[in-house]
Amino acid sequence: MKEESTFTLRNAVQFGLITGFIILYISLVGMVVAFNERYIIAETITLGQIVVFLPLLILGYFSANRAKDKQGIWGLLMSLLLGVVAGALIAALVYVGTHINLRTVFINAAPELFEVLSFGRQSMGSVALTLILGGGFLAVLGGTFTLLPSWLRRALVVALSSVVLIGILQELLSITFGSRDWFKPVNEFFFEQKGLSWTGSIVILVIAALWNISRHLSRTRSSGKKKNATSRNIRAVRIASWVVGGVLLMLVPRFLGSYPSEILTIVGIYIIMGMGLNIVVGFAGLLDLGYVAFFAIGAYTMGILTTVGKLATVEWSFWLALPVAVLLALLAGVILGIPVLKMRGDYLAIVTLGFGEIIRIVVLSDWLKPKIGGAQGILQIPKATIGGYEFKGPEQVYYLVLFGIILVSFVAWRLRDARLGRAWKAMREDEDVAEAMGINLVNTKLLAFATGAAFAGLSGALFAAKLGSIFPHSFNLIVSINVLSLIIVGGIGSLPGVVAGAFILVGMPELLREFADYRMLMYGALLVAMMLVKPEGFLPEATHVRELREEEEEIILEPTAAEAP
Amino acid sequence: MLQRFFRKYDKTDIAMWLIGAALAVIVVYGAVQTLSAGKYSGAVWRDFIVFGLAQGSVYALIALGYTLVYGILFMINFAHGEVFTGGVFTAYFVAIALSESGFSDEHWILSLLILLTVAVVVSMAIAVLLERIAYRPLRNAPRLVPLITAIGASFFLQYTYRSLYGSGVKTYPDITQLTGTWNFFGTKILKTQGVVIVSSVILMVGLYIYVQRTKAGKAMRAVAEDKEAAALMGIDVDRVIVNTFALGGALAGAAGILYAMLFKQVNAFMGFIPGIKAFTAAVLGGIGNVPGAMLGGLFLGIVESLGPSLVLDGLGIRSPYQLKDAIAFLMLVLVLIFRPTGILGERLSEKKA
Amino acid sequence: MAILEVVNVTKQFGGLTAVSDLNISVPEKAIYSVIGPNGAGKTTLFNCITGFYKVTSGDILLDGESLVGLRPDVIARRGISRTYQNIRLFQNLTALENVLVGRHPRMTAGWFGAVFNTPHTRQEEKEALDKARELLRFVGLNNVDDELAKNLPYGQQRRLEIARALASEPKLLLLDEPTAGMNPSETEGMTNFIKHLRDALGITVLLIEHDMRVVMQISDTISVLDYGKKIAEGGPDEIRSNPRVIEAYLGRGAATQHEAEAA
Repeated sequence: MKEESTFTLRNAVQFGLITGFIILYISLVGMVVAFNERYIIAETITLGQIVVFLPLLILGYFSANRAKDKQGIWGLLMSLLLGVVAGALIAALVYVGTHINLRTVFINAAPELFEVLSFGRQSMGSVALTLILGGGFLAVLGGTFTLLPSWLRRALVVALSSVVLIGILQELLSITFGSRDWFKPVNEFFFEQKGLSWTGSIVILVIAALWNISRHLSRTRSSGKKKNATSRNIRAVRIASWVVGGVLLMLVPRFLGSYPSEILTIVGIYIIMGMGLNIVVGFAGLLDLGYVAFFAIGAYTMGILTTVGKLATVEWSFWLALPVAVLLALLAGVILGIPVLKMRGDYLAIVTLGFGEIIRIVVLSDWLKPKIGGAQGILQIPKATIGGYEFKGPEQVYYLVLFGIILVSFVAWRLRDARLGRAWKAMREDEDVAEAMGINLVNTKLLAFATGAAFAGLSGALFAAKLGSIFPHSFNLIVSINVLSLIIVGGIGSLPGVVAGAFILVGMPELLREFADYRMLMYGALLVAMMLVKPEGFLPEATHVRELREEEEEIILEPTAAEAP
Repeated sequence: MLQRFFRKYDKTDIAMWLIGAALAVIVVYGAVQTLSAGKYSGAVWRDFIVFGLAQGSVYALIALGYTLVYGILFMINFAHGEVFTGGVFTAYFVAIALSESGFSDEHWILSLLILLTVAVVVSMAIAVLLERIAYRPLRNAPRLVPLITAIGASFFLQYTYRSLYGSGVKTYPDITQLTGTWNFFGTKILKTQGVVIVSSVILMVGLYIYVQRTKAGKAMRAVAEDKEAAALMGIDVDRVIVNTFALGGALAGAAGILYAMLFKQVNAFMGFIPGIKAFTAAVLGGIGNVPGAMLGGLFLGIVESLGPSLVLDGLGIRSPYQLKDAIAFLMLVLVLIFRPTGILGERLSEKKA
Repeated sequence: MAILEVVNVTKQFGGLTAVSDLNISVPEKAIYSVIGPNGAGKTTLFNCITGFYKVTSGDILLDGESLVGLRPDVIARRGISRTYQNIRLFQNLTALENVLVGRHPRMTAGWFGAVFNTPHTRQEEKEALDKARELLRFVGLNNVDDELAKNLPYGQQRRLEIARALASEPKLLLLDEPTAGMNPSETEGMTNFIKHLRDALGITVLLIEHDMRVVMQISDTISVLDYGKKIAEGGPDEIRSNPRVIEAYLGRGAATQHEAEAA
């Protein structure tokens, strides 16, 4: 291997430059200023400052960690050097930016940026000093984390992230619960006008840290006991948690009100699509970049069949059009699937991307405008109704989407552990061998495409009925990439991963307007980072399956379960 | 008899033939309709072809980047279109500065060379960084992994450009000396188109000589043929791969300047569609095949320029030019489906493709 | 009665003839070995039998029915299963799942069966699970049901591959160098296991093997290929004394065997 990971001064300077450039990048793309409006702790720390601090803390930690094989203090010195170099680089940016007008090239190199980066200092000298010393301090702070025992380190990270997260959520919380009686005192305790209060943040910090530590303790203590739980107990607990979870899900819109329900329905629409793409990409290993096409087909079918506007055709009801939309998407999945049956890997990805783009361009063109509205889209799509109950606003559509998610997840879950699911996974692993094992590749692939497309069609139909109008620009490649990103972040092939991924990647930017601008930037970076660092995702499939199997075994073959390692 | 036939060719093959035949009939029918209607004169067709050649040569230059990288790593550098954008978008600011100072009016050739240098250097740097940060750690990963990385990198770069330089469309300044037409053996061609065609031919010939004759080019071909064997022969494979990315990036940077001469407008997302088209061109010529990429680019450029008027118009489709990108994508799909080894034949065996 | 007949089979790749006018007849419940130097066309023959390659000319019959032109999955369902020279397991599936995939041709549940979890599906899944567990024990894999295939040690991967091939209850099992990369004691174990396989399950085994001791020990009949042609066929003793074989293959094989014994 390499020379025993000796972390030299040169490495520290390199790391410092990397850190500095990351911060420069974050500043020049405008994140610092955009996030600076949001106070995490009132009057003290903004989100914009946190995104400047984070690279210093994290890279400070890593460099100290890599230098660890030498004495402890050496690592901290390396961190210090890193922080100083990075700080100097930022100081240089501030100097250049305040003397030369960078704005003609970099639109975000505005005076506001340099004001934020000056941290309230006036003269260039004290700005430089602050940045260099501050950089060094933060990097050393990151470095000291290497000296802590791992349980304490984890608790601190969790506690600090909780403070930031709750700080970010302030606005949402007050929109959601603002009208409740109990909210007022809570709000006053934790929050100021903008951001958390100091007492609030300390309370959150302590609670989160203690909770994490206690979990850690109970886990180490009870690791031997677990086997005692009987199968009946497990089953009872599981059923109870399903029931409780179900009731909670039904009550969500009542609790949260309109705005969060709106976000949840958007997340839900992505979950349905994600479940479908997860079958195609995650189970069957067919990278489909034109997935949005089926979403579009579902939405347009719903639109054309139900609209009462200019393009009105048959004016069906939602429920009549829904199966047609799903069926047409399914059919399209099969038809577009046939030509790519013999294609592998990257060619398949490009061809499906081509299909998606062709459909989008054709929909957008004047050619089919008399039928499907061209760039003006389809308007006046009626809402779904059921026996006089109208799925009018987000609080009602929520149930429709929830129903869709449950349906689709159920199907995906059943398929995953069945003969068909195994055939998909075998195909993903090795197509030739799968075929030699008697798996009909044509049927198996087409079933994957069809199932995935049907899910997307359902999602599209719900989308159309939710919005009441659809436009071609809602169906571009970015949607496919969003869905792909969310299943990759969640863990490719993993069902809970789809849900988690959708909440993180779709929910977050919907919640935070300032995030929305950097959404695709972050997705892109996330895709690269995930592939480099954690290609299996945050809730990976394999371990999940194993957990499931172990439980099954405990139920079916209790006597032998003890033998399992 | 019939049973024998079905044994030899399975159902999907037959379905594909039928689709192909139907498409061919539609294309021929549309072309015949247009030509018999006599809507366009000979001069118009000639202009279409010259324009097609000009944009095709830009595609060809970008396509070379795909082909070189694919030839060596068997990966589609999905972010190559963004490598192209990086150079031309950055050079825009230099172009504005040169134009405002009046320098480009006096020394237009020199100022073009400066722009070319800026674009080439920036694109090259992006390509090399991309390789170093995103692709090198994944060289032995399953094939979908680098592809997903490349897709991520592509979007990351697009939105980086947008956030750094702004989301608006920016227009390159005109070069006064290049407005108007040249008379070329009795046909008039736009000066910009002429310059684009000539410079890309020079670049392509240069590249061909580089790959065929120089030591670095030979090392590149050796690595493309067999990485392990090349390494055993003392070739530094990593270095060759970096060289390949740099070369592809440089060509993309040059293509960017030529593109700016033809179309003037640049924005953060401009590279995506030409990138995909160039990939189509690379596949058309047989991916991994250098002369193939050049021919593929020219061919695609002409098809795209002629297709809407020649075929779609005859089919009675309204505003056929809106569907020009759809034609390129259709070509892409058809080529990958019917002839994934390209028109010039394969340089790659089936297992690699 | 011959279970598998290879009749005048030729396979060409461009100008290269990998298998040329080959005739082989494998009797039922036999252990039939195909040997030959590297590049003699042994694995190509396997690929032709399993339908992965289309033969250029000739015919391949299983129980008297032609397999030529059939897709690999159809051939697998007719009762041929195989292992690979360089193990090709489904790496990211568990051992149990690998065997369950092998069971695929013996199951029928489709999309609707899976989604509605019909009694038929449940029954079938349970049987498959029992059978898969039984097979894992049969090949000697205990307590690794839920290990990912890629995490198993080499020898266990070989066994798992055989278990997967057996899961479809094939009539004919093709083993491509099952002892490749094994040490002498592992090889010994595998040899006995193959014999046991035939005796216990009553299936026919077609074997490609490099290790001459294995071949001589367990084969009923041996065919020797060289440059795609069959140069000899017969029992172990016949082959051992056949001068053409010694020239083409055994000369070198005997030498390496000698070295191995000396070491």
